[in-house]
Parts: sequence; structure tokens; C-alpha cells
Amino acid sequence: MSIQTTDYTVSEIRSPAAFLASRVFIYGALVFWSFVCLFPIYWTITTSFKSAVDVTQGHLIPFVDFMPDWKGWRSLGLSPDSIFQTSTVRDEFIKRFMNSVITSVGASSLAIVIGSLAAYGLTRYRYKFAWFKNEDISFFFLSQLILPPVVLALPFLVLYREVALLDTRIGLVLLYTLMVLPIVIWIMRDQFNSIPVELEEAALVDGLTIWGAFFRIVMPIALPGMVAAFILAMVLCWNEYFFAALLTSTDAKTIPVMVASQTGSQGINWWSMAALATAAIAPLAIIGIALERYLIMGMTAGSVK
Amino acid sequence: MAEQTSTANAWPANPADLIPASRKRLGWGLLAIATLALLAIIVVQILYKTEMSTTGFDTWRPVIYAYVLWGIALGAWQVLTRGEDGQRALFLLPALLFTIAMVIFPTLFGFYIALTDWNLSSFTGRRFNGLDNFWQMLSDPYYRNALLNMVLYVLAVLVEYVIAFALALLLNAQIRARKLFRVVFLLPLMLSPVAVSWMVGKSLMEYRFGPAATLARHLGWNNPAFFSDPITARISIMMLDAWTFIPFMMIMLLAGLQAMSREVLEAARVDGATAWQTFWQVTFPLMLPVSVTAVILRIIFKLKLADIIITLTSGGPGGATDSVSSFIYREYRDRSNVGYGTMLAMAYLVLIIVFVTWLLKLASRFVRNVN
Repeated sequence: MSIQTTDYTVSEIRSPAAFLASRVFIYGALVFWSFVCLFPIYWTITTSFKSAVDVTQGHLIPFVDFMPDWKGWRSLGLSPDSIFQTSTVRDEFIKRFMNSVITSVGASSLAIVIGSLAAYGLTRYRYKFAWFKNEDISFFFLSQLILPPVVLALPFLVLYREVALLDTRIGLVLLYTLMVLPIVIWIMRDQFNSIPVELEEAALVDGLTIWGAFFRIVMPIALPGMVAAFILAMVLCWNEYFFAALLTSTDAKTIPVMVASQTGSQGINWWSMAALATAAIAPLAIIGIALERYLIMGMTAGSVK
Repeated sequence: MAEQTSTANAWPANPADLIPASRKRLGWGLLAIATLALLAIIVVQILYKTEMSTTGFDTWRPVIYAYVLWGIALGAWQVLTRGEDGQRALFLLPALLFTIAMVIFPTLFGFYIALTDWNLSSFTGRRFNGLDNFWQMLSDPYYRNALLNMVLYVLAVLVEYVIAFALALLLNAQIRARKLFRVVFLLPLMLSPVAVSWMVGKSLMEYRFGPAATLARHLGWNNPAFFSDPITARISIMMLDAWTFIPFMMIMLLAGLQAMSREVLEAARVDGATAWQTFWQVTFPLMLPVSVTAVILRIIFKLKLADIIITLTSGGPGGATDSVSSFIYREYRDRSNVGYGTMLAMAYLVLIIVFVTWLLKLASRFVRNVN
């Protein structure tokens, strides 16, 4: 026994040099990867403050290499000196931005509502639709995850034209809901499974209906899971490009489509491009940093038992 | 429709006995009316669109409203005729009706389109042409090339996995500011791939002035054109995609590492295993189930890869970076060729289903064998 204890402490205390080397390696790797993650973002943000010369000469550090300038933001009508003037570009940008907000919030909310209900039903009750049992229904929902957007895109293009949903926000909301529904169901199923059934049984004995028990007892407990699913759904919808590029043209265009269509005839205006890209990534970067905990919770749902 | 045995409460014993016959009749009546209304509106529309009658709606949208109302009637029917069991079915119905309407119908419709010669920009309209699209697909070198690219892109997931695992190990080590690093490492996942790939691919990796190109020159690569020859272009696309999605795998693996019991690692160390041995003989095998989940999910996402390619290279040079999705996208955007494009997409769907099913089978056997 005592020999084992000594063994243990001996292996614990390594030579100082080896310890230092491992520290240097670990922090070196961490800093390196942080650089890989942050440099493109840094580049995007700084480029929005550069003039043409600064871009083409590859200047990197503001105030040292180049003088920051509001050029990019002015071209969007969002710089301090132009924000109170009328600007068609800004109106356009705000329209696209609102399209993105409405479609992603709308789709995430709809997916959370119908996804949570379905996940709750699937974790609590046994269903049998014809020869489909719970496992089959769950599999049906989750298998939608495999469906590549390209399979639905062309049929939807034709169908949406027939039902006058082409280039509408509602049309996008419906498709995005479909896209994130499997993920929401996956997360919420995990969430509901972690809530003990006894709570609802007690509520039912106290005279609540099953829907009353769901809304008054289960929902408040499952709220963090819902937030997690919502954030993850938001990220996916906000960044979606494929459907938006195919199914929208003038009215319902979202931010990613606007970003991608910025090639002018006389080359690319880097500064305005960068300002636009910054505006496109900023909302999610802020949400992501503030609610990182929920994002991680959503992504790890069900993967670790 | 749904026969349930409740698990949450077995009391009251059988609520169906308590429902009066009049309520059941009401429920059935409601469902019958709604079904008839839905069918009637569809028939009217078909007659109108085929110009066999003059009354009808300009678009098919009323059919959607009718479907929604029918769904509501279906729910009411469940509650009215089956009481509490019906209320339980109500949890599942919205998602089920939604998914069926949004997936099953369009997919079936897609299979029909795939068998037609339909070019949206020509005036001849839709023409059924059987398997012509299929034969054309088999001899389409660009489609085969896109499929081959998908294989390469999927293989790149293994490299991403190694990097993600390394990052997860780093974050799981005894470090300061773990939370900060975690947020930083997670950031790429949240940013719009289109916006970032635009900024990175078109300016950071720009041949003349981009910092990445300058760095490459300093490292001794004289001609740092990231998107002009096929192999470098593919690698560039893989790198950009990896940048976005590595955090996704990293977070799952990190969760797996943190869920691992400390005792096992301690035991390995007590037995005198080096860090290297501990990793390969303890950590890695224990992490296999999580790893497999992460890799499979990542592959599923990878199979949808399109946006970066569309915005950056539009498949170029010469189709070298095309993914199946981006190729079909251009088939539609440039040539409005809906029929052929859909056939390609449907063939891809079948391939994906076969591949993913095989992958899941393989994975479950693999995990079982190792553990």
C-alpha cells in the first residue's frame, strides 16, 4: 500500500524542465489556434476601415500601418457622418438584415414549438401509427438530417412558384423550420429524458391535464434546453445560404445572399464588402459569446451519456 | 389512428369508455367535412389548372390553407373521439403533419420532375421523357467528378477529426483561461461561412496582396495561387470548410473527455503508463463512441457542402472543386435545367442514404468490437 502511494507521488512530480516544456507546448498550441480562429475575423473588421491602397498593400495593423477610415461603413450608410443622411444602400442593407432576423427567429421559434411538443410526446407516451412505433417515428424525424438541401431545392422552387411562396419570408421560414427540426427534436428529447416522470405524475394526481402538466411543470424545467436548441437553430438559419440563394430574388433576400452577390462590375469594393461581412457576422458573434454555455449544451445533447 | 398505452399514468383506466357517443359523432363529422373540403379544393384546382373548368384559384395556395385546416380538424377529431389518448396524439401531430407535407410530397414530386425534360427558361414547358435524364447522368463527366470530389471532401473529415481531437485534449488539459479559449475556438462555427469565406478566400488568400499569400511567399512558395490549380483549390476549400466545422467536433469530443472518469486515468498512471500509452490504450478507446458520433454527424453535414464553393470558386477551376450540391445549383442557375438537376439530386439522395446506412452499420459494429 505504502509503496503504491510513493509510486503515485513520484509519477506526479515530473522534472521541472519537462513540466515547463509541456506548458510551453500547450500554451503555444492554444495561442496558435486562437490566432487561426481570430485572424480572419480581425482581417474582416480591419478591412472595413481601410482604403483601397491599404488593402492592396496588405497593411495589417491600424494606426501603425494605416489610418483607419470610415470608408467601408460610409458606403453602407452606417458611418457616424452618414448615419443621419438618407442612403439607399443602408435601406437595402436594413431590409436584408430584417429579412434574416425574421426568417431565422421565425423558423427557430416554430421549430422549437412543434419540435418540443413532438419530443415530449415521444419521450413520454407510446404511439402507434399504423405499423410505426415510437422508435420509427423518432427515426423518421432524425433521418431528415441526412436529407441534403439540394434534393428539396428544385422541387420547392417549382412548388413555391405554384403556391406563390417564392421570394417570400414565409416560404423561407417553412424550409428553415424543416431544416432545424431534427436537431431541435434531438436536443429536446435528450432534455425531456433527463426530467423525472414522477413530477408529472404528481401534477396529474393534483388534477392537472396532461397539457397543463406540460406547460406548468415540464416546460419551466426544460427551458434551458429550449434556449440551447433555439440558439443552435438560430445559428444554422442565420448562416443558411443555399435555399436563400435559390428561392429568393428581391423581396426576401437574406444577408448571406447579399454578401455573396457583391461582385461589382469594376472589381470588388473591399472596404464595403468587409463592412457588410462584419455586419453579417456580428450579431451571431455577440449572441454566441454571450450564450456560449447554451450553444455547447445544445451541441453535446445526447452525445455523452 | 394512434393506439397508446400510457406510461405516465395508468389512471383513469380507459377514458375511451367515458366519451359520449354524440361527441364521437361530432368528431367524425368534423373530420369527414374537413377531408371532403380538402379533396374538393384539390379537385377544383386540378380541373381549373388543366383548363377543364373555369372556376378556381390563381395559385395553389388555398390548398395549403385547406391542408392546415384539415390538420386542425384531425387534431380535434383525435381529442373528441379518443379523449386523453387524443390529447397525447396532439403532441406529435403538428411536427408529423408538417414534416410529411414538407418532405414526403416534395420528394415524390421531385422523383416525378426527375423523369421530365423541363427547362424553366424555354417555352416548351415540361415533357415526360422517362429515364433519359438518368442515362445522361451516367455519361456526365462533371457529375462523376463532383461525386469524386465529395469522396475527397468526406475523407478530409478524418484530418478535421485529428485536429479537433487535439484541440479538445488541449482544452481539457490543466490550463488557465479555459473558458476564454473555448469561446475563441468556438467562434468560427457561429460565423456565416459565406461572409467569412468571402473575406478569407477572396481577400486574405488573394494572390497579390493577401496576408496568407504573403506568408506563403515568405515560407518559400513562389506562386501562392490558392484557387488556380485543381489540387490546391480543393485543399483551400477543405481548409475553409474545416475552419468552420472543427469547433463542432471539438465541442463534442471535449464533452466526451470531460465525462470520462478520472479514476481510470489515475489507474493507468499508477500502473506506470506514459502519457502516450495512456492516450492510446485508455483515452482513445473510451472516446470511441463519442468520436464515432461526432465523425458521422460531421460527415452528414459535409455531404451538404455547397455555400463556400458557390461563393468562392463556383466549382472552378474546371469543376475541380465542385461538390454535388454546388454543381446542381449551377445546373439550375446557369441553365434553368430543372428536370436534369433534380435527377442528379435524387441520384445523390439515393447514394447518400445507402452510404449513411452503411456507415451507421459499420460504426455500430466497430464500436461494439472495440469495447
